[in-house]
Amino acid sequence: MDNRVGARELIRQNMAKKTGRLDKAMPVVLFLAASVSVLTTIGIVLTLVFDAAMFFRRVPWHEFFGSTELAPLGPEPKFGMLPLLNGTIMTSLIAMVVAVPIGLTAAIYLSEYASDRTRAYVKPVMEVLAGIPTIVYGFFAYSYVTPLLSHLIPSLGAKNALSPGIVMGIMIIPMVASLSEDAMNAVPRSMREGALALGSTKLEMTWKVVIPAALSGIIASFVLAVSRAIGETMIVTIAGGSSKQFTFDVTQSMQTMTAYIVEFTSGDAGSGTVGYYSLYAVGLTLFVFTLLMNMLAQRISKKFRERY
Amino acid sequence: MNRRIRVRLWLNNLLKTAFMLSALFALGVLTVLLVQIVSQSVGWLDWPFLTGKLSIQPERAGILGAIVGTLGMMIVAAPVTLVLGVCTAIYLEEYARDGKIKSFIQTNIANLAGVPSVIFGLLGLTVFARMFQLGASILAGGLTMSLLVLPIVVVSSQEALRSVPQYLREASYGMGATKWQTIRRVVLPASVPGMLTGFILALSRAIGETAPLVVLGIPVLLLPIPDSFMDTFTALPVQIYYWTLDAVLTPEYANLAAAAIVVLLVVLFALNSAAIWIRNKFRKRY
Repeated sequence: MDNRVGARELIRQNMAKKTGRLDKAMPVVLFLAASVSVLTTIGIVLTLVFDAAMFFRRVPWHEFFGSTELAPLGPEPKFGMLPLLNGTIMTSLIAMVVAVPIGLTAAIYLSEYASDRTRAYVKPVMEVLAGIPTIVYGFFAYSYVTPLLSHLIPSLGAKNALSPGIVMGIMIIPMVASLSEDAMNAVPRSMREGALALGSTKLEMTWKVVIPAALSGIIASFVLAVSRAIGETMIVTIAGGSSKQFTFDVTQSMQTMTAYIVEFTSGDAGSGTVGYYSLYAVGLTLFVFTLLMNMLAQRISKKFRERY
Repeated sequence: MNRRIRVRLWLNNLLKTAFMLSALFALGVLTVLLVQIVSQSVGWLDWPFLTGKLSIQPERAGILGAIVGTLGMMIVAAPVTLVLGVCTAIYLEEYARDGKIKSFIQTNIANLAGVPSVIFGLLGLTVFARMFQLGASILAGGLTMSLLVLPIVVVSSQEALRSVPQYLREASYGMGATKWQTIRRVVLPASVPGMLTGFILALSRAIGETAPLVVLGIPVLLLPIPDSFMDTFTALPVQIYYWTLDAVLTPEYANLAAAAIVVLLVVLFALNSAAIWIRNKFRKRY
């Protein structure tokens, strides 16, 4: 009888060894690890909801969501969050005005016009831009962009909404560009070639064929970018200031929801005060906002994936 | 040539240039940003700066404490996020059946990836700092960071596992190996480069994050260099933040902030280059 063992025998010997026991344990261990992510989400939701509930016990809903006066540390504390909502929306809007045109046109260039060599230079630059920590952008906004802008707009406040808005826009350009480019790359070549064969210029092909075909992916990228801008903290904290005035004047200081949370935790409001709980109410609003936007973006991009 | 065609072609060329300028805009901004920051840091970034302790006087301030704090935080965060992330990825890719549980966990991770970092700070503050009574310690900061970057590790590890061809697994089963043996000895080693790249990217994200730490309660005060993981600490990005805020009163703080930013960027650049190098070197063609 030679020494070679058949496969069945090998398997039987293997199963008989002690190490087989790990096989039963590992799926359980791995599942527990996977459930940490679920626990994290649950933890976030519970934290926000419970402490926000403590807040809403002392401050009525309609004041929080309806009042434009915010003075958490004043003699008569007022907790209207509309100034914060306004600050968030204004800065995000400015960011989108910067990021959407530049990001989309850069994506068009990279996807339709650029040579492989140019693409090899530009894409890494985009990735670097996306990887810069937001605190660096915040410093840049405060120490360079604001003084620069104040030359153009003399009435610009030292803290304003324009500067962080623009810098936030710059920060999310890579996001818009790469996601839109992915969407455009997914459009089949046959559609492009059909348009060109019928005599359109590259511009017409892009505008009338590629972009409409990639539209849901492009819009999904916009929604994700807005969500990112809404959640951005350091740039607006540093360059946007902490004024709680409800105003539409972007040359003045505005505070966003995120900056409010940072201001209050670094000022160390005593735990248990209404001010402390207002943090969680604002945090809950912020969380719900970004969650809805992300879900919306996923819905839109699913619609896009079904086409091809 | 027909006049209409000429106009269309002209428009095409005009916008082609405009699109190119957009793409180069990113390059321009990056250059301006780097030049501006580096020029503000000249003269302030020297050896005493890297090894000195914090001080109210700008000329004597150093970032040793910040470096130690960031390092300590990474020592906590790195193994936690690596183990949790890789285990989650293995579960999702190798064990979980396509169904409600798997898609629930996947959606969860996708949602976590989109949650603003301040919210993670609130979570860390409530759970780690207060409930677990860790205070604003290195441990609390590290744990908060590891949760923040967990989705990055999970997603990139999943991709790495997916890229291992199925026939490797099948060959291993054919030799009589059990599922876990296959994973441990065949699939995991093959997916290490991809996982390593994702891990490094997650770390570089964690090093640069400021908001969760500020919300957690990292103080502004000058602190002694932390001794243990339960000590409170300062981290590099937080230091930059406070120096930037104080630069209104003391302009030299802006230079300190710029110098610290240069240090941070150099570290990140080194990490990202390592990740790219790993990705290129170990790219196997099956």
